[in-house]
Amino acid sequence: MSEALAAPRAAVVYNDDVVKKFVIASMFWAVVAFLVGVFIAAELSWPALNFWPPYVNFGRIRPVHTSAAIFAFGGSALLGTSFHVVQRTCRARLFGGEALANFIFWGYQFFIVMAALSYVLGFSKSREYSEPEWHIIVWLVIVWVAYLVAFTGTLIKREEPHIYVANWFYLSFIITVAMLVIVNNLAIPVSVFAAKSYSAFSGAQDALVQWWYGHNAVGFFLTAGFLGMMYYFIPKAANRPIYSYRLSIVHFWSLIFIYIWAGPHHLHWTSLPDWTQTVGMAFSIMLWMPSWGGMINGLMTLSGAWDKLRTDPGLRFSVTAVGFYGMATFEGPVMSVRTVNALSHYTDWGIGHVHSGSLGWVAFITFGAIYYLVPNLWQRTGLYSNRLAAWHYWIATLGIVLYITAMWVAGIMEGLMWRAYDAQGFLQYSFIDSINAVHPLFIVRWLGGVFFLLGALIMVYNLVMTVRSPRTAPGLAGRFGAPLAAAAGE
Amino acid sequence: MPTKIEKDVITGTDTTGHEWDGIRELNTPLPKWWVYVYLATVVWGLGMFVLYPSIPLGTTYFHGLLGYSSRADAMAGVAEMRAMHGKQMQQIGALPFAEIQKNHDLMEVALTAGRITFAENCQPCHGPNGEGRIGYPALDTDVWRWGGTLDAIQQTITHGIRSGDPEARTSQMPSFGADGVLKPDQIQQVADYVMTLYGKGKPGVEVAAGQKIFAENCAACHGDKGQGNRDVGAPPLASRVHLYGDARETVVAQVTKPRHGVMPNWNQRLTPATIKAVALYVHSLGGGE
Repeated sequence: MSEALAAPRAAVVYNDDVVKKFVIASMFWAVVAFLVGVFIAAELSWPALNFWPPYVNFGRIRPVHTSAAIFAFGGSALLGTSFHVVQRTCRARLFGGEALANFIFWGYQFFIVMAALSYVLGFSKSREYSEPEWHIIVWLVIVWVAYLVAFTGTLIKREEPHIYVANWFYLSFIITVAMLVIVNNLAIPVSVFAAKSYSAFSGAQDALVQWWYGHNAVGFFLTAGFLGMMYYFIPKAANRPIYSYRLSIVHFWSLIFIYIWAGPHHLHWTSLPDWTQTVGMAFSIMLWMPSWGGMINGLMTLSGAWDKLRTDPGLRFSVTAVGFYGMATFEGPVMSVRTVNALSHYTDWGIGHVHSGSLGWVAFITFGAIYYLVPNLWQRTGLYSNRLAAWHYWIATLGIVLYITAMWVAGIMEGLMWRAYDAQGFLQYSFIDSINAVHPLFIVRWLGGVFFLLGALIMVYNLVMTVRSPRTAPGLAGRFGAPLAAAAGE
Repeated sequence: MPTKIEKDVITGTDTTGHEWDGIRELNTPLPKWWVYVYLATVVWGLGMFVLYPSIPLGTTYFHGLLGYSSRADAMAGVAEMRAMHGKQMQQIGALPFAEIQKNHDLMEVALTAGRITFAENCQPCHGPNGEGRIGYPALDTDVWRWGGTLDAIQQTITHGIRSGDPEARTSQMPSFGADGVLKPDQIQQVADYVMTLYGKGKPGVEVAAGQKIFAENCAACHGDKGQGNRDVGAPPLASRVHLYGDARETVVAQVTKPRHGVMPNWNQRLTPATIKAVALYVHSLGGGE
């Protein structure tokens, strides 16, 4: 036991209420996102499902899936865990009081509901991952600025001398997402009372701004934010120190600097100027090691604690997530090379790549964090059932494997079929030939989604039962603030 | 809070002395392989900048030592494919159908070009094998609205049907019911008669009245025996092949207020030689004359 820990310090009462709310919202939206995902996968497999009322056709409901997964499920998880982490690693109660925290929570949920409703009613900016029209974005920006104030306010009033690495990642996520959203939504509304607006940019510039946004939504929302989550929950659950402080610095700044340039790789072989495409490709390749720095720090932190994977299903999710993160961040640079992209672009390989990131990395690292958080926030010594969590793990992993292997095979098949030409120099296959060829794989993908949804339902049941079980851990004891025995110098 | 550097017992590495909520950090140096691979990717990236178009320079840009252009790259691929059939397609465009049909090499190219062009452009309406759909004529039978010869098919594909092209094929069946030419019960009678033309008439139903109405109103275009008239695009009714189906209510609906389908004029999109290739392909589907 170190002297520092032994020294008496004033108790800080953290705002756990807002964290609990975000955890509940995150799980609610997870089920919504996965359910809608399964439905749109079914629409692709059995197109007749599109001919229900227009509200559920693929074009309208696909953004409901992506927004629910990224912004509702992922976003609620990020906001909730960032409030949890920033308070504890700063030893400071959340800045701004109950009112600001509640405004952020309800304001963010209102944004999600508004966005989803607007999609099914047919309103869309038609920019991928940025579909909400201008009035919804204005509201989002207000909520986001409040979030920035609460987060940085807590950092400023911290009692710890240094800012923990998880908070660097969370802060970079908050600031960059604000910048991305504002620039990509520069638009002229048709009128103050009309939902419709027109982008301030046009042509190839408009496309570049959109994919600068789109790729950095991946980079700063789905990567930097969740790395922040990883940097807190893996060392806490493993009860081990972070592997390398230096690596965390170098890979953080490399990631931040390089990610922002990589967007043009989404526009290879388009009217975007060649020099811009080269810049996107070169920076994407350079992004490989900065991404892997996070993976190394996550995995190596488990040195001496690998045995915990047998007993802690939450940690198993976190570690598998880091594995998928490493895989997806290798696959991404490969796909960004112009010649590879000529094969992979517009195919289902892209869908597979996104889902190894979103299911494997984003969802799994969140599941790991939530399995850790719920017993602690609700003061239980453990989950209702570790066995159920293990079932969730295996069912969800199987779902991911089905999903991404189906999409790899489908994507490469599509890419090869679209470019195949015969001895006379004519295309060998028509587009519908490639659709027929991948149809069985679409059904496998749907099945993978069903598995993933099933796993999430098991998780929700397990968490509900955990919360409903009698309180077993008094106060803020349990794993909170527990000293790291292994690091103690003996 | 004072910092206290300690040695981690498992790895033997020092901590940095910081601590947050029980989390500490080891002062492990950067993994060497990580640094080297990172530097290698940076060198690779710089190499891309030197070899390929990369740096914007006002209104122009640095073109790279290789002088690469993705557009030129893609167009070279297209040119390579075109070179494989360019001569034949030129001949297909220039020669009359009879000459093309005699030349095995040209026919092979024409049917290949026709097949893929049909699959990409015609199949959504006419079906993968030209079997047609409700409202979209079957092309694999010998029942033709506007003719099944190569020249007739070429004409239809080139200018379309009710497409707005000045040479488009156009016909309009009167709205016998909606315009009050025939009364509802007369339409029922004529429908009973028309159904006998394609063998679906109900036994015992009196069709003499319907036959009279048909002779006075329909036969001028559809022929006295319902054999159709290609000059005005009137479909044969004495046929098992029907554009909108052969149910009684379909016949009644069509006589009351007919539907008039539209086919695009493909001269807007396909070259004359490609249209000829498609005509040869459609002709080969089973119903060519």
